[in-house]
Amino acid sequence: MSTLINLKNIKKDYQTGEVVTSVLKGVSFEINNGEFVAIMGSSGSGKSTLMYILGFLDAPTSGEYYFEGQDTLKLDDDKLAEFRSEKVGFIFQSYNLRQRTSVLDNVMLPTTYLRNCNLKEAEDNAVKLLKRVGLGHRLNHRPNQLSGGEQQRVAIVRALVNNPRLVLADEPTGNLDSHSGEEIMEILQSLNKEGRTIIMVTHEEYTAECAKRIIHIKDGMVTEDRIVEKQRMARDGEFKK
Amino acid sequence: MNIFQTIKSSLTNLAANKVRSFLTMLGMIIGVGSVIAIMSVGAGAQSLIFNEISSFGTNLIGVMPGGSEEDAPPASMMGAVITTLTYDDAKAIGEIPHIEAVTPYSNGNANISFGDKIKNINFIGVTSQYVDVEDNKVSLGRFISPEEDESTARIVVLGSEVKDDLFGEDNPLNKRIKIDKTSFLVVGVMQKKGASLVASRDKEVFIPVKTAQKVMLGVDHVGLIRAKVDDEKNMSLVNSEIRKLLQQRHNIKDSKKIDFTVRSMDQALDMIGTVTDALNLFLGAIAAISLIVGGIGIMNIMLVSVTERTREIGLRKALGANKGNILTQFLTESIIITFIGGLIGIIGGSIFAAIISGVAQYLGYDWDLVITPFSVILSFIIAVLIGIIFGIYPANKAAKLNAIEALRHE
Repeated sequence: MSTLINLKNIKKDYQTGEVVTSVLKGVSFEINNGEFVAIMGSSGSGKSTLMYILGFLDAPTSGEYYFEGQDTLKLDDDKLAEFRSEKVGFIFQSYNLRQRTSVLDNVMLPTTYLRNCNLKEAEDNAVKLLKRVGLGHRLNHRPNQLSGGEQQRVAIVRALVNNPRLVLADEPTGNLDSHSGEEIMEILQSLNKEGRTIIMVTHEEYTAECAKRIIHIKDGMVTEDRIVEKQRMARDGEFKK
Repeated sequence: MNIFQTIKSSLTNLAANKVRSFLTMLGMIIGVGSVIAIMSVGAGAQSLIFNEISSFGTNLIGVMPGGSEEDAPPASMMGAVITTLTYDDAKAIGEIPHIEAVTPYSNGNANISFGDKIKNINFIGVTSQYVDVEDNKVSLGRFISPEEDESTARIVVLGSEVKDDLFGEDNPLNKRIKIDKTSFLVVGVMQKKGASLVASRDKEVFIPVKTAQKVMLGVDHVGLIRAKVDDEKNMSLVNSEIRKLLQQRHNIKDSKKIDFTVRSMDQALDMIGTVTDALNLFLGAIAAISLIVGGIGIMNIMLVSVTERTREIGLRKALGANKGNILTQFLTESIIITFIGGLIGIIGGSIFAAIISGVAQYLGYDWDLVITPFSVILSFIIAVLIGIIFGIYPANKAAKLNAIEALRHE
């Protein structure tokens, strides 16, 4: 399998006044195409910072980050924005949907920032994806008319609409009940099965075991990096292939 | 980035805060509206003055007593009584080629009475050629005859309104009226001229100039001489001929001591145009201040909007927006506010101007509704420019937000 991500000795310091806080103290790992990785750690461990760096939203203080073999630390702001637009899809714990626009408009938002986008095709694709996650009848609803699980499914479709190589999920089940959480995990597993690379940040062991590989972060260092021997298949939702 | 999606998104945002968007626009609406209205009303008033003056005929030359600087009004217009022009000057001017008609004016104010009706009016002493000079006609009876020009005949021609006031529907011809204490025979009534800015000819009465001078006023000079030239292309020739003639008649060698002023109608129009243009510009500039105030309002609201939507900005950055995209997004919103505000302002200002001109026309004034493409385009461009100028700071602030901090913003 080809390497998608190669992190070498990534460090990240934050400066607040005179005090320098080291959040990441030298993180290195490789992630291949098609992997489903859970990054685990307690709050303050630096796992969110790591995810933002992986998603090109933040730059490390030092270290090397190769994405598809490209040295991303040498790229300028516009190029990084392009990477975020084309190569990464974000899923947030709090969904981050815009309440004033419809489900479909929310899902279409990332296409605004594509350099070349066939709107008609993109919309067809978005509708298809929404149908796939069981929201075909909700296209013109407002997000606040949907349940938490449904909102997160909208957010997943939004992350997929530009067809990115990598999906980054930050505690995607953190705000959901267990039933809805299982639905979300089932969708992520299914996407992974189709070959999409998924990196998920979580602090729940139970959720992490849905991934194929778990990386533990503690105090800004990788303390454990293991393959999940028996991946737990989430089977609770109404999600159908 | 797709500009249509950006515009659609901006419209959605503005529609989500309808009241706020409208109040923000209001500054633009009032600003653009008042610029349009003031420029239009100014142009309308200018047209009224021009029409008024042109209604006397554009190929008129006026001679006023007292010297003057070029482009400045002669001293006689400032209220000074100068006695250098005479009836004979007018007669001599009438001999100059290309002059079709000439009349001196000797005006005064008096009480006019018929029976128990008394009115205060202006009487105007002129010669028989007055009707040709000012292009005026009698509707009843006759005007002053050439034989009466040299006489002090006690005859009077009434303005249409004076006739209505004194006689109503009755025939005034051959009736005797009193101007102050002197008895006059009514020989004619003038045609109605309509409303006027300066002094309505309908409210005046006409008597022979000698009668005005000798009987009513007891003077030898006249206040004004007006001549009509056969063709506009001869205006400057006649103008200089009159100067030459009067200089000779008044025995003036030093051109600095010239005691009269010759002005043609086009010069007068030019002078009035300069004054009214400056006035319009001044009023327009005052109206434009409200545009700037409106612009500051837009900046204020956009700054609030940036703070409110910090999370959205973070999200957009996470989804692939670069600084330019965010800048464009917010700039588009402020431009849309000024664009729509400008449109409404143009429509509102035009309606206001139309109402003003409608009222003026209803009152009988010769008022044109003038809304120039220039003023529309100008105020529109200014409105959009204000959207850019006052939108750029908030938009830039949004573009520079740190994506991660923005995403964590509550």
